[in-house]
Amino acid sequence: MSASLLILIPLLPLIGFLINGIGFRRVPKGAVGVIGSLAALGSFAVSVAVLSAFKAAGSEPQVVSLFDWITVGNLNIPFSFQIDQLSLLMLMIVTGVGSLIHIYSIGYMKHDEGFGKFFAFLNLFLFFMLLLVMGSNYVIMFIGWEGVGLCSYLLIGFWNTNTNYNNAARKAFIMNRIGDLGFLLGIFTIIATFGSVEYTEVFSQATGLSIGDPVVVTITLLLFVGAMGKSAQIPLFTWLPDAMAGPTPVSALIHAATMVTAGIYMVIRSNVLYSLAPFTLEVISIVGIATVLLAASIGLLQNDIKKVLAYSTVSQLGYMFVALGVMAYSASMFHVITHAFFKALLFLGAGSVIHAMSDEQDIRSMGGLRKKLPITFLTFLIGTIAIAGIPPFAGFFSKDEILAHAYEHNKLLWALGVLGSLMTSFYMFRLLFLTFFGQFRGTHEQEHHLHESPAAMTIPLVILAIFSAVGGFMGVPEALGGTHQLAEFMSPLYEGARQVNPEAFAATTLSHSEEFMLMGISVAAALIAAIAAYVMYVSRNSVPAPDTAERSSLERLVYNKYYVDELYNGVFVKPIAGLSNLLYSFGEFFIDLIVLGTGRLVKGVSGQLRQTQTGSVGYYIFAMVVGIVAILFWNLLIR
Amino acid sequence: MFTLLLILIPVLTGVLTLSFGGRNARQLALLGAVAELAVALVVWMQFDPVGGQQFGFKYDWIKSAGITLGASIDGISMLLVLLTTFLTPLIVLSTFGHDYRNAPAFYSLILFMEAALVGVFTATDAFLFYLFFEAALIPVYFLSALWGGENRLKVTFKFFIYTIFGSLFMLVAFVYLYFQTPGTHTSEIAAFYNLQLDPAVQGWVFWGLFIAFAIKMPIFPFHTWQPDTYTESPTPATMLLAGIMLKMGVYGLIRLLLPIAPMALEDWGAVAIVLSVIGIVYGSIIAIKQRDMKRLVAYSSFAHVGLMSAGVFSTTLYGLQGALIQMLAHGINVVGMFFIIEIIFSRTKTRNLDHLGGITKNTPQLTVFFLILLLGSVALPLTNAFVGEFLLLAGVYQYNGWLGAIAGLTIILGAVYMLRLFQKSMFGPRGEVAERFADLTMSERAVLIPLVAMVFWIGIYPSTFLSITEPTVSQLLRFING
Repeated sequence: MSASLLILIPLLPLIGFLINGIGFRRVPKGAVGVIGSLAALGSFAVSVAVLSAFKAAGSEPQVVSLFDWITVGNLNIPFSFQIDQLSLLMLMIVTGVGSLIHIYSIGYMKHDEGFGKFFAFLNLFLFFMLLLVMGSNYVIMFIGWEGVGLCSYLLIGFWNTNTNYNNAARKAFIMNRIGDLGFLLGIFTIIATFGSVEYTEVFSQATGLSIGDPVVVTITLLLFVGAMGKSAQIPLFTWLPDAMAGPTPVSALIHAATMVTAGIYMVIRSNVLYSLAPFTLEVISIVGIATVLLAASIGLLQNDIKKVLAYSTVSQLGYMFVALGVMAYSASMFHVITHAFFKALLFLGAGSVIHAMSDEQDIRSMGGLRKKLPITFLTFLIGTIAIAGIPPFAGFFSKDEILAHAYEHNKLLWALGVLGSLMTSFYMFRLLFLTFFGQFRGTHEQEHHLHESPAAMTIPLVILAIFSAVGGFMGVPEALGGTHQLAEFMSPLYEGARQVNPEAFAATTLSHSEEFMLMGISVAAALIAAIAAYVMYVSRNSVPAPDTAERSSLERLVYNKYYVDELYNGVFVKPIAGLSNLLYSFGEFFIDLIVLGTGRLVKGVSGQLRQTQTGSVGYYIFAMVVGIVAILFWNLLIR
Repeated sequence: MFTLLLILIPVLTGVLTLSFGGRNARQLALLGAVAELAVALVVWMQFDPVGGQQFGFKYDWIKSAGITLGASIDGISMLLVLLTTFLTPLIVLSTFGHDYRNAPAFYSLILFMEAALVGVFTATDAFLFYLFFEAALIPVYFLSALWGGENRLKVTFKFFIYTIFGSLFMLVAFVYLYFQTPGTHTSEIAAFYNLQLDPAVQGWVFWGLFIAFAIKMPIFPFHTWQPDTYTESPTPATMLLAGIMLKMGVYGLIRLLLPIAPMALEDWGAVAIVLSVIGIVYGSIIAIKQRDMKRLVAYSSFAHVGLMSAGVFSTTLYGLQGALIQMLAHGINVVGMFFIIEIIFSRTKTRNLDHLGGITKNTPQLTVFFLILLLGSVALPLTNAFVGEFLLLAGVYQYNGWLGAIAGLTIILGAVYMLRLFQKSMFGPRGEVAERFADLTMSERAVLIPLVAMVFWIGIYPSTFLSITEPTVSQLLRFING
């Protein structure tokens, strides 16, 4: 596999960005979408070629160096790419789903005056995301890591005349930066420990450490702080729901399918280190399951179609971390992949609905859309079934695998996971029924405008729906007569981890009948929740209460998202702002007082001399200094 | 001899500008500054990073006393000469949209300032260093006092007193060191390195030099002159102060304080590094709520320089290399930021964030340049300041993990105040002022394009600059630790 081919993968989106970015307002609108989409598709095509070349060459990982980026002393940070099973899987998702979303955006953003800017940013996002997954060391990953954060900022605040959107964008960037500090400190600890940041070097040295070594625990915890920010886990999750201020294709690509899974990618990439740190793994699974439940429960009562999906994303990311916490790395990646399909599908479907509803996002004003938007409805239905975990759709296989691993690890973890999937199924079917069933509840004008979206939007929906339906077959468990191709493909990634922690990779102790029982329980939970939602929102035709309605205190707590934003505001934002004002008005004054007070002695002496001078004080001081220097030199000379 | 040329060109062109500039003063000054840059580039082409002191000159000044007029260029000097000679023409060019009264005086002062700065960065004799160190103050003092804002006199007086006061400590230290040299005495800096003073004496020397440089940069708590001075000075003077002059302090730490008083570092290095880190957090927090854009950037500069000084006092290779490349990056970013603020001010007559907003609408070019410089300031990877901050934080972290973590708050707080600055000026509903806002002019682009090009050059291929200084820095560290 030639280096130049590999470079094309991030280079094409970069070129697309430069053309549309520099030529903004000059490139004709028709060309903008084509250039942007071709950049993404080209990158996808090259990725496919690289994948087949990789398989043909015997699936050996390969590092391609471009140039030395930062070199100080013995530390050398090359600008280089690593191609292996993990980066290839991520490449396929990022460029594949990315391409579909570019095409979709041609239709969705058609009437926006920032059309060119939008495609430039999307391409730039792809560039950074590709650096993130292709880099051969932690610092290149960090370039991508921060770069996607920038693009996320730019795209959340895309409509920048709206102050709320701008605030959401800023919040996203800052919360991510809190995580990034952890990531950065993790890198420094890696440098201090291993003297290198290259994956191959770090991981081969790490195999010499023992399980639970405090240094590894520190490194993994610090890196995980970064993952909390990027992948929206407790306590750094509140930016993601706000990020829905961005155009819907952005929510689909960045805030569901790709960027937010960077944290999972990072942990899988570092699986040797994480397998050495049981304490960190415990923390990850606790944070993961807590996030699953918190976000899913908030999702139960949300009425904004995108907010429901946003909390759902947070919750599904939680599942991925639960899997990482029990060292089911492949299961986590499996869920990353299936989630990319069905969540991108659901967001794009939501976009199609919003498009048809003249920018309305409140599901209380929708209803009965399945007749007017048949393709959107069908594909959305498939996405809903997939995320709810109903076989044989994609989400069933991946979520079930996570739950089976959780069960092996800890029964409580599993039970809470099932509770989460019960809630998932409920809020998703609630969303589906309120949007597409019953009577239309919007305004007359909205009803008049209802229309199915153009082909540029529905074709990506159909493709994603197909993958959401059949994508799970890449990981059919043995119990169901499959071979789990995905796990087999990824297996070489854990060579080092197997060496340091062989127990973790032992074959499952679950019998087939136990596995069938687990599957049965989770499917039953999903179906019960779906039926409950059907009874409530279709049979009884009930509609969620308006914002002003009376709520019980528990309901109010959940409806207001557990007041987490208010808490952060009270504990961090306001005190820091207050401190800023305090330091500026009083701190500076006192420092002045003390420092100048000390200097006053000097001034007192010079004050008497000053009477002999009538000129400007500045000249005087200057004369004094010159005088001192002159006297000094004179003394030196005559000595 | 090139070093002499580098000091003389701005002096001569400054005199020419003053005498014959008349209406064409700024063109003449630009010509002088560009000629200086050209010579600096020639020097850079021929510079050998492992060659030690190069291109130097040395004349007897006071022969019997062993005091010389000597200057030359090693890796550390080379980088700072490049910084000075790169920024000065851009600072001159940045004034082209503005008519300063008494232009010949104005522009000649900028050139005199440049000469003094190059002198500071190349002097090999302590007294000559001191002379240039003080001489650099005078032009910028006049620039601020004569062309500054409303409170200029009060503010510049404070600035003047502060820095003069600081340098007196340095002078005392130099005189003391001078008398410690063997034989008929010498004031060559290299001779001061080999004095092997006893630790207690080194402590006194440490503080004498520290206060001088701490005021110049400034380091907490010696900073209170800085925000006022930056805010009240005319923007070209602010650029000189923040872009180049504060680097005299960092340079002084590296060139003089570390090698002359290495043993004092064991006792006092921790105090210095803690003060520096306090400054990072303190300055950043204050910057968060500033309304005046210039004052906001002034506080951010104060915070950033704290990190440089912390890196220097970590006495690690990462910390020192980080401080050096960060001096270059910070100079570029801060000059760019002050220029952007000047552009906005010149069109809206306000720097108050509460009165701005929505400017981006008509100004795609300004927005892009502003954003890139801002991303540089918040150290986004692939921009210049990332390389510096990464190495600096790595150095401080190596010194002490907790201090590294606290210093690392700069990447969070920096994002908080910088994004607020950007949002409140560029985004949001379009105010009346934004409606009439014209995009960049030709001369404005001519300033911003080189700056932004450097943001990316240093960010993407920092080896160009890291390799200039690494041999000199390694040698210095070997000396300090050996």
